[in-house]
Amino acid sequence: MDHTEFVRGGTGLSGKDVEQNKIFTVDDALNCRYTWDTGVAIGRYLEELKNGKIIAKKCNKCRRIMLPPRMFCELCYCPSDDWVYVEDTGVVNTFSVCQVNWDATRVEPGQNPHLPAVIEIDGATQGMGILHLLGEVETDKIFIGMKVKAVWKPAEERTGAITDIKYFKPY
Amino acid sequence: MRKVGVVGAGMTNFIRRAQETPKELSYQATRAALDSCDLNLEDIESVAHGSAPDAFDGIHQKGEYLADGCGGWNKPTMRVFVGGATGVHALAHGWYHIASGMFDTCLVVCEEKMSSAMPHAQAFFLTIFDNITERPLQPTLLWIFAMEMNRYMNTYGYTKEDMAKVAVKNKNQGIKHPSSQFNEEVTLEDVLNSEVMAYPVNRLDVSPVSDGAVAVVLAAEHVARRVTDKPVWVEGVGWNLDTAYWATRDLYYPRYLEKASKMAYDMAGITEPAKQIDIAEPYDPFDYKALHHMEGLQLSPPGKTVELLNDGHFDQDGNLPMCPSGGLLGVGNPIAAAGTMKVAELFWQLRGEAGERQVPGKPKYGVCQAWGDLMQVSSVAVLGI
Amino acid sequence: MKRVAIVGVGYTSFRTTSQDVSYREMIFEAAQKCYEDAGGIHPQDIDAFVASSEDFMEGVSIADEYVPDQLGAVLKPVQSIAGDSMQGIASAMMHIQTGEMDVVAASAFSKASNVSNKNNMVSYACDPIFIRPFNENPYMIAGMEMNRYLYETGATREQCAKVVVKNKYNALHNPVAAYGAKIEFEDVLNSPPMCLPLSYLDTSGDVDGAIVLLLASEEKARQMSKKPVWIKGMGWATDTPNLDTREEGWGDAIYASLAGEKAYRMAGIKAPRKEIDFAEIDDTFSYKELQHLEALKICTRGEAGNLLEQGFFSNQGDFPVNVSGGNLGVGYLHEGNGLHKFMEVVLQLRGEAGKKQLDKARTGLAFSWRGIPTATGVAAVLGIED
Repeated sequence: MDHTEFVRGGTGLSGKDVEQNKIFTVDDALNCRYTWDTGVAIGRYLEELKNGKIIAKKCNKCRRIMLPPRMFCELCYCPSDDWVYVEDTGVVNTFSVCQVNWDATRVEPGQNPHLPAVIEIDGATQGMGILHLLGEVETDKIFIGMKVKAVWKPAEERTGAITDIKYFKPY
Repeated sequence: MRKVGVVGAGMTNFIRRAQETPKELSYQATRAALDSCDLNLEDIESVAHGSAPDAFDGIHQKGEYLADGCGGWNKPTMRVFVGGATGVHALAHGWYHIASGMFDTCLVVCEEKMSSAMPHAQAFFLTIFDNITERPLQPTLLWIFAMEMNRYMNTYGYTKEDMAKVAVKNKNQGIKHPSSQFNEEVTLEDVLNSEVMAYPVNRLDVSPVSDGAVAVVLAAEHVARRVTDKPVWVEGVGWNLDTAYWATRDLYYPRYLEKASKMAYDMAGITEPAKQIDIAEPYDPFDYKALHHMEGLQLSPPGKTVELLNDGHFDQDGNLPMCPSGGLLGVGNPIAAAGTMKVAELFWQLRGEAGERQVPGKPKYGVCQAWGDLMQVSSVAVLGI
Repeated sequence: MKRVAIVGVGYTSFRTTSQDVSYREMIFEAAQKCYEDAGGIHPQDIDAFVASSEDFMEGVSIADEYVPDQLGAVLKPVQSIAGDSMQGIASAMMHIQTGEMDVVAASAFSKASNVSNKNNMVSYACDPIFIRPFNENPYMIAGMEMNRYLYETGATREQCAKVVVKNKYNALHNPVAAYGAKIEFEDVLNSPPMCLPLSYLDTSGDVDGAIVLLLASEEKARQMSKKPVWIKGMGWATDTPNLDTREEGWGDAIYASLAGEKAYRMAGIKAPRKEIDFAEIDDTFSYKELQHLEALKICTRGEAGNLLEQGFFSNQGDFPVNVSGGNLGVGYLHEGNGLHKFMEVVLQLRGEAGKKQLDKARTGLAFSWRGIPTATGVAAVLGIED
């Protein structure tokens, strides 16, 4: 028996067919708005970011200092304990140099590419990283293991969001 | 535990932009799967289907919308959704429908239509990131792949050439697949010189966005033996999910995949996978992922995988053929359907029906795997004949 | 087939808003209570986890990503069912019936308060080509269903209104309910019209909340619980999702009949009204309780309204329905709906329903519906041993 007989269907169209209206389409734009409750842990995290600080939470059982903070240790499975301030410096665990915007458009020539990185924050348990951006650094100088420090927005511009830190730069 | 057999498989072509609606794509694959074996829709007692983010179609409760296209009218129909791992997980989902004793037959259908999302499906991946701690940074899916690839290469000292070889191998192999989006070969230079998306990822390191659907028919042993003289048995299934706090994990090794594969191998009675598995279909949305997953699947010692690749160990006629289908890189990547394409591939391979892509030597056991969420989850299935 | 029982129940209160907690913290509360209830099991000793959710209701793509941590399920077999949480329970049950797993948790939550334009969500579930372009309030579907149901069965708007009266009153005895109230049926008829014959009080309000249940194989259940509640039968079905081709009726709930049949068959039930003592039946809209009761063969077509007026379905009646208050009295938990119905039946059978406790509770029926515009329902028959 030949399996190719059972591979069928799926009629191809080109982007132009759609753009030039050669094909019937129905358009809709979704309007989905959410107001998420941050809860206790993330609420405090954001509040401290507004103050220019990074706060984590400790589990006394496994002694991990967890970032982002959470009200329970997911490994020991018990409520977490003390609030612990950590540094705003860290080490790059991994990174990328991205020429594509979130919506799939390309970064314009002359504009800086995005520099996402996982940064292991000093003061938290080893390996406790957060996603953030790098800045004020040449792309070919970034390396895994690079030490970086947060560059904060000025106090009056901080709103209590992860973007209160503009980016991390090498130091 | 009741034995469950795969008795039929069918799929649509994987194409960049399909004219058919998601329902129609599901129907085409389902119809082909039923035609491939001696069962009709009336014989099907349950439907286990999967489809990845509702956001692509802009349809909430997408499973309900797809239900009739998947043959689910007036039947017990249930949708499983574990991101990219859905394609192989749907097989596990269908498996327990029958292995539990609740049903004797089950239709497993996975469908994806990414082209409806405008301007580009990639934009919707913004919403997989944590709404408060990550989304304000405007991340794209490319970031996590690029960062994982970077960490992986850095840990073992692999190069971009090493990774690109997988893209070349799979893309050129995929030309042999009747459903493939491609019919032109690529070279190593093509891959390395292709547009830089997010270092270290270039355009041709990535599988294409596609529309498509795949369906397989499952049956309990007594039905399977009646319907076909070559049932392919679901020997083992496994799945495992890691923490959502992905930035606290070292990305160079998928430990959740190790656990998922152990679960599947234990169930299948496989103690030495690298020796006993004859065909591997790891999930390969990006070239490095195929190698990353071969290590997680215990099919290749971490750090030695590139060596084996260069020796031809993973070629169609090598010791452990890897992605004889051509994989996602070679055939196409309609997210949920891609994993099920690998299930269908093993079905055809183990029965000796894979045509040009047939792995020589009467393979007995195959393993297929899919991966998804925020680099967190894997589903694994071991099939045998 | 292997027998499966419920050995642990955990839930938060159900409230219209829950600003003080994130969804993670809410589920952690429900999960901890569940695991304690099951004898203090550590989640790493649970074999698998099944969550039920829908992306759009959470505002994330791939809700499955955010499941494991608060359940204690890191590096465990976890899956998400994009469906009603009673389908999630069916999945967990099948996990155990294969013989490969012994203890499986099922969870769901609702943070409906975080969805700023919830009506849009419902319309996004409607067919994008045939229904959405009308740009109508999606509740028109419920209005049309109700209209046809009344027409076909002879049930009246007053009878539907009396469902609301009964359920909201019942909810006053439920400490975790959000919409308990003592009203008269005229209040319902006089409430602001929505999509007639549906008025505002014929519909359920949303609530936030989380529920986690623990299922176990027979062997484990007997070790873990003094009062395991057995799943005697389960069935689920999806009728056509196309509104235009519902030729068998806008007045019928075919999905309920099919689901019920399968559940009864598995449970060995031939005469549901006699062999079952009480039920928690989806009443997201008032008429739905009557429609579902008939489709589930608790009474014949057109009989439900009359039986309701005779007190048959009240707490002191022959067949109490929605003693918890149902969705009309407790609130609508969206994907958590199924788990809620199931949980209430379990609590009754265990004798743990407090002020709502019925005297005669040995076999119960739980039935969930996914809400408009779907035609999917799940039925479960639960019971305790002598």
